[in-house]
Amino acid sequence: MQASEEKTVTAAPETLLRHGRWAGYRGLLWARLLELAREPEVIFWVFAFPLLLAMGLGLAFRQAPVGKTPVVISAGPGAARLRHWLQAQPRITAAVLPAAAALDQFRLGRYDLVIVPQPGGGVLYRYDPSRPESVLARRRVDDALQAAAGRRNRLAARSRPYRQPGARYIDFLIPGLLGMNLMNSGMWGVGFALVEMRQRKLLKRLIATPMRRSDFLLALASSRLLLMVVEVALLLGVGVWIFSIRVLGSWATILLLGVLGAVSFGALGLLTACRAQKIESVSGLINVVMMPMWVFSGVFFSYQRFPRIVWPLIRLLPLTALNDALRAVILQGAPLAAQGGRLLVLAAWGLISFALALRGFRWS
Amino acid sequence: MEKSATPAGLAAPDRAASPPPPAAIRCRGLRKTYDGKVEAVRGLDLEIRQGECFGLLGPNGAGKTTTIEMLEGLLQPSGGEMEILGQSWAGAGRRLRQQLGISLQETRLSEKLTVRETLRLFASFYAEARRPERVMAELELDDKAEARVGKLSGGQRQRLAVATALVGNPRLLFLDEPTTGLDPQSRRQLWEVVRRFTRAGGTVLLTTHYMDEAERLCDRLAIVDQGRIIAEGAPRELIHHLGGEHVIEAQTAAPAPELAEICRRIPGAQAVWPTAEGCQLQVQRIEDSLPELLWQLQARGIALARLSTRSTSLEDVFVQLTGRQLRQD
Repeated sequence: MQASEEKTVTAAPETLLRHGRWAGYRGLLWARLLELAREPEVIFWVFAFPLLLAMGLGLAFRQAPVGKTPVVISAGPGAARLRHWLQAQPRITAAVLPAAAALDQFRLGRYDLVIVPQPGGGVLYRYDPSRPESVLARRRVDDALQAAAGRRNRLAARSRPYRQPGARYIDFLIPGLLGMNLMNSGMWGVGFALVEMRQRKLLKRLIATPMRRSDFLLALASSRLLLMVVEVALLLGVGVWIFSIRVLGSWATILLLGVLGAVSFGALGLLTACRAQKIESVSGLINVVMMPMWVFSGVFFSYQRFPRIVWPLIRLLPLTALNDALRAVILQGAPLAAQGGRLLVLAAWGLISFALALRGFRWS
Repeated sequence: MEKSATPAGLAAPDRAASPPPPAAIRCRGLRKTYDGKVEAVRGLDLEIRQGECFGLLGPNGAGKTTTIEMLEGLLQPSGGEMEILGQSWAGAGRRLRQQLGISLQETRLSEKLTVRETLRLFASFYAEARRPERVMAELELDDKAEARVGKLSGGQRQRLAVATALVGNPRLLFLDEPTTGLDPQSRRQLWEVVRRFTRAGGTVLLTTHYMDEAERLCDRLAIVDQGRIIAEGAPRELIHHLGGEHVIEAQTAAPAPELAEICRRIPGAQAVWPTAEGCQLQVQRIEDSLPELLWQLQARGIALARLSTRSTSLEDVFVQLTGRQLRQD
């Protein structure tokens, strides 16, 4: 068996495979895609995780109409009359408890307001001005009681509900998740992958072949872009299909932002990976770079909750620029031309990172 | 491609009929200093001819890997000059790499790819590559063609590493410790691959710390110690050069300090070196020297605990030259 094999090897003259200029690039890209497809954790983190996050948060923060307001009346003379008036109101439920118990239950959040009957027929409201539902309860109860006591409205006013997609939490969330996902997969997909290859001495082995180094980086970037298209399509698709998000801007603009985001964060990943020898050290580095952006860049909540004085700094972060641009395009239909500043911030991060990474990059 | 780049002064005069082939590897005064302090390689001269299998033999830490990686163009030398296939690294770069096959000491190839996919990837970097199927057959990896690299045994991975070096159809093959950690059968398989490659006209430079490997596989070798070449030549030549083909090893029952002196006076003794409990004696003709030694010991009443003879090995050459064992384990 062995002898016959050797015979075939030595006997027949061998025809060689001829490869053109781009064979190496195609080989690298194909190998990278095969590796990605065979890593279950990549499939989970890149595709499943953001979807699960969107579903979970979308479900938790779905905005139902404001329900009935629970209030409590301190027991005492006049309490029964107050309760009688309030029970006629469709959007208020009222209970009567001894004074101490009423305050206690209010503190625990079971009631939004404590009504203390006063001698002489008046009332004292105990409420928490920092709890929106408590403020609302005071308004509702006061309106109801004043009306019951005989107040007349002088102005004819009517209301009609107006609810449109675009202002809900999920509308805010999906573009943020999209940006975060582009950051995560750019940093991990490039940074982590490179250091792992360096640790395995695979990078060194590759540069011992006639492989063009630019082909290697190009193949890495291409695989990121292909993955990005799937990420964007999947997350936005689920947003549109399940949460009926309305995409007001053009898909081409969104894709262009995706390309810019993927390339810039890929470059940042390249920079974090340019010297690290061990995957443990690059993991720490990637987390240090990403952590501030998770908090400040408006993924889960608007950065406008931070003091106004730090906004300009927050806007200089690449993820802030990407998230703001994605929100403007998806939710407001803003054209690309209106995003100049944000695109500039994102591109500057990418270019500077790439230039620094190339200067410091170690293949072995 | 086949341009003759050998400087006139280096042409060997003995083969008058055909001009000698240019050297596959030439280096002069090759040096490498790490961090300006540690001198890993201190002035190495080598000339490796086309079609030969040349070995760098030496203990761990002798500077073998540093040397081979400088010749492979992966490490920048601190000094000296080198020419690979008549070209210098500075000018040739990727063109030169098209003709080289390299297997590093330790590479963990991507575990998610199969053997065939790995070889296809490496083949794609070369303008003219061999068919992965042929290389797999040659290294007896064909029944593992669809197996993921992560599932291969140590010997199979090592063979795959050599296969990635061969798939580019190289003229010159660099193998850094190709058989370290392999079982005897896998080692013989790899030796056979190397022999086939040189028979077909290829040149091999390999490093090893196995003497038997150097002795059986290499046409010529250089013994490297502490960053210098301490001996160079064909394995038989090196052994012969030591002066004796045989080694007598004697251990006395009780400590006998005069043993070494006795051995030195035995006719035909080329070299003598003391061991822990006795002496080693290198001789040309065992039939003359051994009876003489026994007679001398008997005359002085020195009792032997053990006596053995064997052929001189490269290990003896190394011990002779450095006073140390090649491998401590």
